Amino acid sequence: MQFATFAEFLEMGGYGRFVWPAYGLSIAVLGGLLITSVVRHRHLQKWLERSDRRRRRSRSPS
Amino acid sequence: MVQIPVWFHRLASPAHFYHIAGQALPWCAGPALLLFGVGTFGGLLLAPADYQQGDSFRIIYVHVPAAALSMGAYVFMALAAGIGLVWRIKLAFMAARSAAPVGAAFTFLALATGSLWGKPMWGTWWEWDARLTSELILLFLYLGFLGLQEAIDERDTAYRASAVVALVGLVNIPIIHYSVEWWYTLHQGATIFKLDKPSIAPEMLWPLLIMLGAYALVFATIVLVRTRNEILEARMASVAPALTRHRPDRNRG
Repeated sequence: MQFATFAEFLEMGGYGRFVWPAYGLSIAVLGGLLITSVVRHRHLQKWLERSDRRRRRSRSPS
Repeated sequence: MVQIPVWFHRLASPAHFYHIAGQALPWCAGPALLLFGVGTFGGLLLAPADYQQGDSFRIIYVHVPAAALSMGAYVFMALAAGIGLVWRIKLAFMAARSAAPVGAAFTFLALATGSLWGKPMWGTWWEWDARLTSELILLFLYLGFLGLQEAIDERDTAYRASAVVALVGLVNIPIIHYSVEWWYTLHQGATIFKLDKPSIAPEMLWPLLIMLGAYALVFATIVLVRTRNEILEARMASVAPALTRHRPDRNRG
């Protein structure tokens, strides 16, 4: 471990205000892209399931 | 024309790929998360501070992987688009389109983290030098590719036109890589991607290599999800054309 205390770790030898935004931004952008892609996937799946059901119903009136 | 092997033909079928990609996804996402965690831990806590740059050098662990993958993603995108053009494989176009936003994100991150590193080390957020400018052009190439896809209604035309842009833009990739050798620049030379041994201490190197693996797997994960989305969108377009971004193909009517 390179840092004796948690406060030192946050301070990053005086470069904390550059290091932390770099890591935060990276995680936010990549995480955001992953999450929006997965959410879109769920949305598309649900839509196609619904439309399949609709078409089956309209084809075989009971 | 070169003969395409049978396995390639099967993989190029969107339905088959959708299934395979679904099975491959956990094997990309899991290791991606694991490597990201280990690499971040190693980079922030275990690697020693640089003797010149102090702890600011820890930005390297998010900067270099983003920069490397910004170029790697572009090559992937251009090759996929090229394969789509030559062999008329729709899945290849879909993969190219899926890679573009991820590549653009990597490029943005390379520029932003580089800026955050440049301010304390060079004393400036931005400098119009060869490395930084050519990386900014890469971002515009990605945005141009995506913009063209959105601007053209007919899907196959959009795929082909943007593929040409992607291929022409390939010329920028060696320019970015060699910019630090060809021109006078603030940016330091290569430490890893060169023919010699890497010029970085092993304790600093291993988290960087792990982060490179993590970023590559993050790229694979997001591209797999997005390519599957493209396949579903194509199905949606054939069911309800009015609801989708692109008009369905002419031959499908």
